[in-house]
Amino acid sequence: MKKYTYTEKKDTRSGFGAGLSELGKTNPNVVALCADLTGSLKMDAFQKDHPERFFQIGIAEANMMGIAAGLTIGGKIPFTGTFANFSTGRVYDQIRQSIAYSDKNVKIAASHAGLTLGEDGATHQILEDIGLMKMLPNMVVINPCDYNQTKAATLAVAKHHGPVYLRFGRPSVPNFTDANQNFEIGKAVVLNEGSDITIIATGHLVWKAIEAAEKLSEKGISVDLINIHTIKPLDNEAILKSVARTKCVVTAEEHQRNGGLGDSVAQLLSQHLPTPQEFVAVNDSFGESGTPDQLMTKYKLDTINIIEAAEKVIKRK
Amino acid sequence: MQTTNDLKQLCTQVRRDILRMVHAVSSGHPGGSLGCVEYLVALYNGVMNHNAQNFAMDGKNEDLFFLSNGHISPVFYSVLARSGYFEINELATFRKLNSRLQGHPTTHEGLPGVRIASGSLGQGLSVAIGAALAKKLNNDKGIIYTLHGDGELQEGQIWEAAMYASANKVDNLIATVDYNGRQIDGDVENVLSLGNLKLKFEAFGFTVIENHEGNSIEKVIEYFNLAKQQLGRGKPVIILMKTEMGQGVDFMMGTHKWHGSAPNDEQLQKALAQLPVTLGDY
Repeated sequence: MKKYTYTEKKDTRSGFGAGLSELGKTNPNVVALCADLTGSLKMDAFQKDHPERFFQIGIAEANMMGIAAGLTIGGKIPFTGTFANFSTGRVYDQIRQSIAYSDKNVKIAASHAGLTLGEDGATHQILEDIGLMKMLPNMVVINPCDYNQTKAATLAVAKHHGPVYLRFGRPSVPNFTDANQNFEIGKAVVLNEGSDITIIATGHLVWKAIEAAEKLSEKGISVDLINIHTIKPLDNEAILKSVARTKCVVTAEEHQRNGGLGDSVAQLLSQHLPTPQEFVAVNDSFGESGTPDQLMTKYKLDTINIIEAAEKVIKRK
Repeated sequence: MQTTNDLKQLCTQVRRDILRMVHAVSSGHPGGSLGCVEYLVALYNGVMNHNAQNFAMDGKNEDLFFLSNGHISPVFYSVLARSGYFEINELATFRKLNSRLQGHPTTHEGLPGVRIASGSLGQGLSVAIGAALAKKLNNDKGIIYTLHGDGELQEGQIWEAAMYASANKVDNLIATVDYNGRQIDGDVENVLSLGNLKLKFEAFGFTVIENHEGNSIEKVIEYFNLAKQQLGRGKPVIILMKTEMGQGVDFMMGTHKWHGSAPNDEQLQKALAQLPVTLGDY
C-alpha cells in the first residue's frame, strides 16, 4: 500500500476561497455572488480585492442563480456561493431552466455539504445534492477530497465552459494531495494499485478510504483505490479497468445511497461488467445535530464501515 | 424608418401569425400573445437598438430583451422572424418535433434572438438584472428590457429580484408588466390579488410608469420613451402596461379562456376575418 501523509488538516471550503482569490487576480471575467454567507464560503478575500466583481445578493438564492445566468450573457464567469442545501434543493428549478437548459456558464460553489456540517442539523445537512445535480443534462458534478484538490478544482472549472456543481465542506480534513496538482475534470485519480478489491471514494470519504486501505493491506488484502473527484462525467474507463481486475467494489461517499456516486458506479457496472458492490453512504435517512465525527460514526460513514464493506464484498465474489 | 401605419400593419400580421401558429398544433397561448403585440412590435422596430442579422449571445453594445412569461412565445417568435432573426417560414414549425421554436423559448435549439429559456415563471427579472450588471461591468451602454405577466408576479423570485434591483441601483433596465388582469384560473384579482401594484413597486424602489393603453402602438412607444428618460438615475424602471388578453379578436377578449387554448378551424376563420392580411402569411 502506497503511503500517504499530510502535514496539516484544512477545510475544503478554504481551498475554494483560495482558488477563487487566485482567479480574481488572473481572470478578469470571473465574478462572484454570495447569498449572505461570505465568511462561511471563504469568499472574503475575493470580495476585498475585487469589490466591483463581487455581488452580495442577500438571502435570496433563487435570485442569485438567475443573476448569475444573466451575467454569463455579458461574458462573465460567475461563481455562486452558499451552502450546498441552498445551492441545489432550494433553487432546483432556477438551475434547471435558467442555467442548465439555457447552457449558461455558471459555477455553483456549494459548501457545508453532507453530515459534516455538524451541529446545525438535518435542515442544513443536504445528502441529496449530488443526485439532484447529476440528473441535470449539461451539469458537471465535482466533489474534491481536500484543500489542495478543491483549490485546483476551482481553477479548473473556470476554464471549463458550461455549468458546474462544485461541492465541498466545512470540517478540516487531512490535506494530502499535491499543492500543484493538475486537476483534470472527469479523470479519476488512482491512489493505489491493488488486486483484491476496488474502493472508489469521493470527497471527505477519500481520506477514510486511504485509512481503510491501509488497514486492509495489513490484513493482506490488496486494494485498488480510486479518488473520484468528478462524479459526472464519470471516468468509466478507469473504473471498468480496475473492477475487471479486482472483481468487486465498494463505493464511499457522504451522500444518500440513492442518487450518489455509488448509484453511478452501479449503473456503469450493471451495463458493462456486473460486479458485487457494497455502498458506504447514508441509507435513506436525514441527518441530525452532532459533531462531524459523531455523525460520521453514527451514520456509518467511517473508516471501519469501509473496511467492513470491503470484507463483505470480497466474500461475495 | 417605419411609420406608425407600417407598425400597425405589422401588428395585424403578427396577430395572424399567432392565431395560425397555435391553430396548426392545437396548442399554445394565444391570449397573452395577442395582448402583447404592440409592445413587442414597438420594441423590435425602433425602441431597441439591436442587430437581427448577426445575432450574438453577448449582444455587445446592443439593447437586450428577456421574455420572462415564456408562454407567450407565439408573439415573440413572430416578431423575431419579422424583424429578421430567422426566416418567417420557420414559424410553421412552432411546437413541432425537431423545431427550434419550442413551446416555450429556449437557447437550447439555437434560435437566434433568444438568450434565456423561460416558461417556468418568475425567473426573467433576475436574469435581466444579471445581464444589466454585466453591461455595467463592461461599460456597455445597452439597455435591458424585460416583459412579465401580471399573474407571474405571484412568484416570490420576482420580489427578490425587485428588492435587489433597487438596493443596487440597477438603472439600465426597463421592466414591463403585461397588466391584463387574467391568468389560467380566472381573473388575477380573484386568483391571488396583486393589490396596489403601483404602490408595491414604488415601495420596492422602482420608478413606476403607468400605460393604460398597452394596445395602442403610439402609447407604447410614448411610454417607452418616457421610461428611457428615467434611466441612469439610480432606480430601476417598470412600466405597468394595461392590455387586453386576446386583443384584436372579438370573441377572445374580455375573458381568460384563451390564455392557453387554440382556436379550432371555424374559430380560426372567424378570427382571421377580423385581421386582414397585410404583409403576407408565412
